[in-house]
Amino acid sequence: MSLEIRAGELLALVGENGAGKSSLMNVLYGLYHPDEGDILLDGQPVRFKSPRDAIARGIGMVHQHFMLVPTLTVAENVVLGREPTRWGRLDLERACAEVTATCQRFGFQLDPRARVDTLTVGSQQKVEIVKALHRGAKVLILDEPTAVLTPQEAEDLFRVARGLKEQGHTVVFISHKLREVLSVAERIAVMRRGALVAEVKAAETHVAELANLMVGESRPGQGTVEPYQPPTGEVLLEALALKALGEDGRAVLDGVTLTVHAGEIVGIAGVDGNGQRELAEVITGLRPLAEGQGTLLNRPLSALSPDEARRRGVSHVPEDRLRRAVVKDMSVEENMALGRQGHPPFARGPWLDFAGRRERTQKLLGAYDVRPPDPLLPVQALSGGNQQKVVVARELDSQPKLLVVVQPTRGLDISAVAQVHARLREERARGVGVLLISLDLEEVLTMSDRVYVLFEGKVTGTFTRPEFDEREIGRRMTCAEPAHG
Amino acid sequence: MLELLEALLFSTLDAAPALIFAALGGVLSERAGVVNVGVEGQMRAGAFCAAVAALFMPTPLGVVLGMLAGAGLAAIHGYLSIRWRSDQVVSGMAINLVALAGGTFLLESLYSPNGTPAIEQLPRWTLPLIHGVPLLGALSEHSGMTYLALVLPFVFHAVLTHTPIGLRLRAVGEKPHAVATLGLSVQGLRWGAVLGGGLLAGLGGAVLSTAVLDRFEQHTPAGLGFMALAAMVFGRWTPLGAFGAASFFAFGNALRIGLASSAPGILEFIPQGFLLALPYLLTLILLAVQGQRSSAPAALGTPYEQESR
Repeated sequence: MSLEIRAGELLALVGENGAGKSSLMNVLYGLYHPDEGDILLDGQPVRFKSPRDAIARGIGMVHQHFMLVPTLTVAENVVLGREPTRWGRLDLERACAEVTATCQRFGFQLDPRARVDTLTVGSQQKVEIVKALHRGAKVLILDEPTAVLTPQEAEDLFRVARGLKEQGHTVVFISHKLREVLSVAERIAVMRRGALVAEVKAAETHVAELANLMVGESRPGQGTVEPYQPPTGEVLLEALALKALGEDGRAVLDGVTLTVHAGEIVGIAGVDGNGQRELAEVITGLRPLAEGQGTLLNRPLSALSPDEARRRGVSHVPEDRLRRAVVKDMSVEENMALGRQGHPPFARGPWLDFAGRRERTQKLLGAYDVRPPDPLLPVQALSGGNQQKVVVARELDSQPKLLVVVQPTRGLDISAVAQVHARLREERARGVGVLLISLDLEEVLTMSDRVYVLFEGKVTGTFTRPEFDEREIGRRMTCAEPAHG
Repeated sequence: MLELLEALLFSTLDAAPALIFAALGGVLSERAGVVNVGVEGQMRAGAFCAAVAALFMPTPLGVVLGMLAGAGLAAIHGYLSIRWRSDQVVSGMAINLVALAGGTFLLESLYSPNGTPAIEQLPRWTLPLIHGVPLLGALSEHSGMTYLALVLPFVFHAVLTHTPIGLRLRAVGEKPHAVATLGLSVQGLRWGAVLGGGLLAGLGGAVLSTAVLDRFEQHTPAGLGFMALAAMVFGRWTPLGAFGAASFFAFGNALRIGLASSAPGILEFIPQGFLLALPYLLTLILLAVQGQRSSAPAALGTPYEQESR
């Protein structure tokens, strides 16, 4: 694996999950150590024992999961490890002044005295960038920087990246969102299974070509845009002014009204933490309703328990599969039976039916192309994508009427994503109502017939497919928010 | 009435330092993200070593040895939980059990089952001016440890909030990966905090056997280490909070002794056992009242592994 990064360029590194993009960059940043090979910096071989060495040589990294201490202020986070002092005392005044100066130089707006956990995700990312620049980074590595941003915030980030480039910095984007990569990068390096397979100029390529390079085989294009038909099926879920409280007693859902019909996919768009998770929990009986009412499959929504929801025909693909969807130490077939362990073919009378369970599991593993198709393997031995296939298989196998899916493709690679999406469309064709909650706006827009936008627990917009407008939806996702930077 | 109050205050100030030092030790270790249920054991080690050492050398030197003994036990805890990333609660409890059994064994084989021979207590300081003044006089006639215990929490607070090392300590307990990506050593910071916590807990134990009593007794510190942990939790992992809570618990303890000695008649109505349990009962009630409003460091109890998030 060899890669050349030139000074003052915008390079993108693309590849599927597990292609080795992040590992490569962690090696460059000194977090991991190469077993073989050399890193040459300005023609000199260097060896980074820890990030400290990399930082000293002007390499900065913004991780996909932010490396910020949430309880500290912006300034404290930025100066951590190289704190200005006065008589041995931490000089916060100077720290704030330094941070403000760095912000001004690169055109950010950040309050150095704000606690990091009060900032939006977009601002937190800027703190990360400032952190790197403050340490004199000339090369900035951004790992999946837009995964958590709204379109506006992402646009803002690209503007920042171009500005950095103009000031002579090098920016490396790691991503698998091809359209974004094409719009921001000058040069694109494609990785597959730990190896560099191509380097192309952004101006000379297009999405389809990149996708083929990434996956390594030509694959059918993603579903073309289907014509929109207004929902005609029966109303499966009708929610009126739902209100639910979070752990801290704050309203996390505040007057949410929505309907889901049979035979449609309803998308919920929103930035992380605006009530999506709680909405799914209310509908699946995991979270009590504080106020509001509704009907779920012809019976009241209030006082719903998860068991009752399942009996009415609600299936749930939760966001955090290892915590809520599977028991990772148990075998695939045991996980397949979860929730249905008392019913045929998983049980006969009061006894578990091992033969029936094995047979059904093998059938499903085949149908969903789970690899390896071994019913006895513990679920944690499967890759994330295959774990998700197990969950989807189980949830669809129970013949649901309403399907609540949250982040169904998080962490999956392109082919697994396509497979999950195809399954959801099949269910819709069968007359199932699908409530699709995802942080990936592109996914919501390609899959849904109708979209509700959630912001701070309120519905701030509804759109049907012909009206989809990424910028307008993005604006609604952040509407009441004061402009940060 | 005033005399009674003065006596209560006096015995609070006498008993509080052990709790305060131990609670601060807990705060130091836990703010860096290492659970320290081994405080009780570290106190016992400190109390034992200080008392035994004071048989052969000046008592203040014994106290220093007691601190080192606390740090020695903490080093085992650090080795297990930082170097080998073992479960920090289990490792801490193991230390408590080892200290309990080891202390008893050494005591019985070297001296007598009940305690070491008497040693010379730490000298008590008579403060001029206020000595003998009603109420204020309670501040006089304590060992140096009491005055140290009144100052140290503020020093600790200043270090934690106003110095670079304090900032790093707070950061490493909240998000060690962030500290690592900045090129700082998570292990180094945690080792420092655990050893420092051991020194403080050892000091707390040493105070028990050299200032409060004049020997190591069979049951020392008799659950005070756990009370110190409760004070740390109740004080929300802050030095000043832990200081306040530890003082409060010490007051409860003094109240028990005061009640039993100043009004012996009370024992006719309230069983002795209830009075003995009073400080612990207070601890339970306070923790129950405080409830879920916890503010523990986010990474508390999670071993740091570089290649994980």
